[in-house]
Amino acid sequence: MSRRRTGRLGWNVVGIVVFGVMVFPVFWMITTALKSNNQIYSFNPVWFPRHPILGHFSDAIHRPYFWTDVKNTVIVVVATVAIALALSFFAAIALAKYRFTGRKLFIVLVIAIQMLPQAGLIIPLYILLGRFPTGNLVNTLTGVILVYLTFALPFCVWTLRGFVLGIPKDLEEAAMVDGSSRIGAFIRILLPLVAPGLVATSVFAFITSWNEFIFASTLLHDGSKQTITVWLSLLYGGNRFVDWGAIMAASTLIAIPIVIFFLLVQRRIAFGLTAGAVK
Amino acid sequence: MLTAAAATVGSRRRVTGRQIAGRSVPYFLLLPVVGVLAAILGYPIYFLVKLSLQRYGLPELVQRHGEYIGLDNFRAVLHDPLFWHVLLRTVVFTAVNVGLTIVLGTLGALLLVRVSTWLRLLLTIGLVLVWAMPPVVAVQVWQWMTNSQNGVLNYILTQLHVGNYFQHNWYETTFSSYAMVTSLIVWGAIPFVVITVYAALSQVPRELLEAAQIDGARAWRIFKDVTLPVLMPVLLILTSLSIIWDFGAFTQPYLLIGPGQQTSSNYLMSTYLYYEGFGKNDFGTGAAISLLMLVIVAGLSVVYVRRMLRVGEEA
Repeated sequence: MSRRRTGRLGWNVVGIVVFGVMVFPVFWMITTALKSNNQIYSFNPVWFPRHPILGHFSDAIHRPYFWTDVKNTVIVVVATVAIALALSFFAAIALAKYRFTGRKLFIVLVIAIQMLPQAGLIIPLYILLGRFPTGNLVNTLTGVILVYLTFALPFCVWTLRGFVLGIPKDLEEAAMVDGSSRIGAFIRILLPLVAPGLVATSVFAFITSWNEFIFASTLLHDGSKQTITVWLSLLYGGNRFVDWGAIMAASTLIAIPIVIFFLLVQRRIAFGLTAGAVK
Repeated sequence: MLTAAAATVGSRRRVTGRQIAGRSVPYFLLLPVVGVLAAILGYPIYFLVKLSLQRYGLPELVQRHGEYIGLDNFRAVLHDPLFWHVLLRTVVFTAVNVGLTIVLGTLGALLLVRVSTWLRLLLTIGLVLVWAMPPVVAVQVWQWMTNSQNGVLNYILTQLHVGNYFQHNWYETTFSSYAMVTSLIVWGAIPFVVITVYAALSQVPRELLEAAQIDGARAWRIFKDVTLPVLMPVLLILTSLSIIWDFGAFTQPYLLIGPGQQTSSNYLMSTYLYYEGFGKNDFGTGAAISLLMLVIVAGLSVVYVRRMLRVGEEA
């Protein structure tokens, strides 16, 4: 028993060290944002700011284009998620509730598309957006929304399918006995049941779109048209003096909404990628 | 009589009509997604193939018309030693990242089982926090921690007497800059592995573990013979996912090493095709490399897709 207890103590020590190492970068980001420049650039690092200041945060949000680019990001992300969700909901029902020829092929495509590296697609997407039938879509938010749908759509189809599958068939049949048509049954019975799944899926699609970098940085050239990740990547700049306080403050601000959203849906979505393997 | 017969015929016809309509319902439901994906993904991939068979530089971009040159782009790329160097570098980079991610992640999950409840909760919160960090934000934090002037990494290493790292520049050599990229990617990837493997560990039969312990089996043998077989399906999926992700990594190497510091001596497949295409305005060659990369990743995805298909159909 006592051997077991010392064993537990040893593992706890290891666990605390692991916790410290893993969380340190996040801790360092937040505390740097709260330090004065003297503390940031001091030769001996200040581990904890005793008198935290908010100056870097106000500096960051007053940098050129911060709010414009936040607005751009919100527009792109909301439009992407709304379109992806509306279209994929029907496809998810088809996959979860019907057996039909070509179903398997479609599922294979939906899974495989999600695995394509974005770097491999950027060249054709860039050139085709430049000669879009309705006009040049390079350097427009519309172009970025179209490109984001390439990963958001298959993701939503696959994830929503899982949620629709989870709904008991009895409920759906009960609705049909009532004399509703199948589509009617879906809408009246399934929609409320699948609502939490819709929310979780949309939040996760929101996070991926918000974090996206390569497409946005290639397609959007003007400072006033960029998304917030591109804005952040350019903050580093080419100057000799790097304003780490402002960069860390901006990093913290950009991470906060994503961390909150992630905490909300992590449990529901994370296992979609390995669905079924863990049960 | 006649009307009755007409009625049965009519109703039979109606049933058939409804059946046909019923059978086409899933296709109607799929139509929007299939249509949009064909336009925004199917056509671009067709265009990518076409592009890879053309001379397509800046003049062609302006004229919107490339010149067909057959397999010349592929011939040029495959005869360029640079392609093979980059491919080798990408394979080694992927193997190191995936190996570290899976091994450290599994060790983390085993640790999670052994610590006290309060610490398990704390660790889980910390892991989810790390998992949630946007990659571009994580890159900024890494740049700050590892910069040569006043990065905290150099300070800590010097204080721990690992060596004199005063103003050490980690981005001087390809090897050490990739050590930084790898640490960043592995740090960000570990939480997903730990939490997934931890969930799978609850499937290991307790009685079997206890029996093995009573028999006096060594920890490593218990892990190898009892735990590992249960974890295998999960580890297989995690490994194939990580291979696919790391092989195509772009944001971290591109931003951490720096957009201006990408050279033929530190390209990965993703940055290589990016600079061949956008840097040199040689979109034909860029397309050929893109296509080769997509084919390699598609090959790597086979294991994952097959497994997902099987578990997906069971669910």
